[in-house]
Amino acid sequence: MSQIPTTLFDKVWDSHVVRKIEDGPDVLFIDRHFIHEVTSPVAFLGLESRGLKVMFSGKTFATADHNTPTINQHLPVQDPLSANQLKALETNSAKYGISHWGLGNPKNGIVHVVGPENGITLPGMTIVCGDSHTSTHGAFGAIAFGIGTSEVEMVLSSQCIMQPKPKKMRINVNGKLGKGIVPKDVVLYIIAKLTAAGATGYFVEFAGEVFENMSMEGRMTVCNMSIEMGARGGMIAPDETTFAYIKGREKAPKDAAWDTALAYWKTLKTDEGAGFDLEYNFDAADIEPMITYGTNPGMGMGITRHIPVAAETGGSKASYEKSLEYMGFHEEDGMLGKKVDYIFVGSCTNGRIEDFRAFASIVKGRKKAEHITAWIVPGSHIVEQQIKEEGILDILTEAGFQLRQPGCSACLAMNDDKIPAGKYAVSTSNRNFEGRQGPGARTMLASPLVAAAAAVTGVVTDPRALMAE
Amino acid sequence: MAYDKFTVLKSSAVPMPIENVDTDQIIPARFLKATERKGFGDNLFRDWRYNTDGSEKKDFVLNNPIYSGKILVGGKNFGSGSSREHAAWAIYDYGFRCVVSSFFADIFKNNSLNIGILPVQVSAVFLDKIFTAIEANPAAELEVNLPEQKITILTTGESESFDINTYKKHNMTNGYDDIDYLQAMKSEIQLFAEKSMY
Repeated sequence: MSQIPTTLFDKVWDSHVVRKIEDGPDVLFIDRHFIHEVTSPVAFLGLESRGLKVMFSGKTFATADHNTPTINQHLPVQDPLSANQLKALETNSAKYGISHWGLGNPKNGIVHVVGPENGITLPGMTIVCGDSHTSTHGAFGAIAFGIGTSEVEMVLSSQCIMQPKPKKMRINVNGKLGKGIVPKDVVLYIIAKLTAAGATGYFVEFAGEVFENMSMEGRMTVCNMSIEMGARGGMIAPDETTFAYIKGREKAPKDAAWDTALAYWKTLKTDEGAGFDLEYNFDAADIEPMITYGTNPGMGMGITRHIPVAAETGGSKASYEKSLEYMGFHEEDGMLGKKVDYIFVGSCTNGRIEDFRAFASIVKGRKKAEHITAWIVPGSHIVEQQIKEEGILDILTEAGFQLRQPGCSACLAMNDDKIPAGKYAVSTSNRNFEGRQGPGARTMLASPLVAAAAAVTGVVTDPRALMAE
Repeated sequence: MAYDKFTVLKSSAVPMPIENVDTDQIIPARFLKATERKGFGDNLFRDWRYNTDGSEKKDFVLNNPIYSGKILVGGKNFGSGSSREHAAWAIYDYGFRCVVSSFFADIFKNNSLNIGILPVQVSAVFLDKIFTAIEANPAAELEVNLPEQKITILTTGESESFDINTYKKHNMTNGYDDIDYLQAMKSEIQLFAEKSMY
């Protein structure tokens, strides 16, 4: 074939363009639409007020996650506003014939955890959800991104949204990751290098040995945080690791349909010589366990380092100082040894079984530091079940930790899981914005290993010091 | 929901020279629990605007009576983070119709355009000129001319052109939205869907 070399992104995007508008957006067909209780009610109201129907109800999937409690889920939800949103999701789903995994359903969990684990997310798809971490699904070689509520209404009513085609960026990370360096560190490192706005306007492909050797769950962690550097989304070419993960999952293609799908999925990679608007190369050997010290995810650094001075950061000095003041930190402070009050393990970034295995590998045989409050929240009931079956729950219990029930929890603190004002949390979630985990809460983003090291020592600790040779 | 047409907006502006204003600041997650789109303006910039006891933080710009107007001027990377359209709703509900910055996060920009707020991206140099002009005279007016794609600081006469694609410009000036457009091409979408492997 003498075709022009094409990127993975172009292959998937171009095959979904229903109409190109001159000097305007593309009309993009959407294969999978996830909805949750917080960003969908107004979209359904919009349908009602315009007298519109859902065009393809089978392409939308509903799950409750953002405001759900993580204890006593069998009881009525206490907060009347949250209960009202959950009810609206249930009612709207029933009315329009949309699959709904509500609170208490064995398939319930965080939207970006349950989509992949049930085989709803597949390579080559376009996937949207009214949630910016929809980029998670890019790990499968899908184009997946977050949308607003007006766009949720568009997808419900026409299965399309209108998007200007983003520019293309490729980020290559080659070499071998060191001991104690996990996917969360890789993505926090990249965001620290590019800044919180470094990929705005771009769709990113992650490539190179580090991602080729990474598990699907690790790839999801990386793609999940693409949005934290401003990217529209991130994706990784599907390979044998991807196909092995998907095969046999409930909603994955079976038999002849599997063979057809697989043949197509194998074409989904960037051709040799295809062009990108921007490309970065990083060396895996330069990546340390990472931690953030400020109030956006770009303010991250190797855990053994010192907080940079404003002049080194390139941004506005006033904004930088505001950020450190909020955190109660100072330029040139070291992070090791800083006191921690809370740890949160969970979220669509790090709420999958490998994350709990990693956490357990450090806390096994140790005890939770007395002053630490720990919230350990699985991403779904399926993950919760795995935690129990693999004996991880026993390790947690032995070390003084409790397991909560699935949901977004303290990642955005819409439920009762709020870090109190002024307290420090090491969190495996995705955002360290002011007040993100509760008004006045101070968040340090890190991997499950760093969270575990803090949980047992009570201070910011390099997890490598607690790992066996 | 259709919205008001946007053509020429002449107004004083509220300056917020802070970088990376994320949507959790614009409206914290705990205020996203409504099932209807109303009242979000009350919680715009909630934690920067109010103390925990509900009293106003005097040093925050929205609480300073010398600043007012329908234009919000923010620092670089405005609207980053969460996709919550509630952030745009809160800005609109408070009374802003235009946000000016040197750089916008993508989802926030889309959400704004979809509900009738015009995001105007200017150069870093011009953004500084706007902040300087407002500092010199808090009542300084800006003119945002969408048909001509031009923003002018009326007290100094300085102006700069801004980008918007023809499609969105047509929508904004006529008060149309994307749903109107998509409804008109349903049969084309139906045919496309029939060929889809998913």
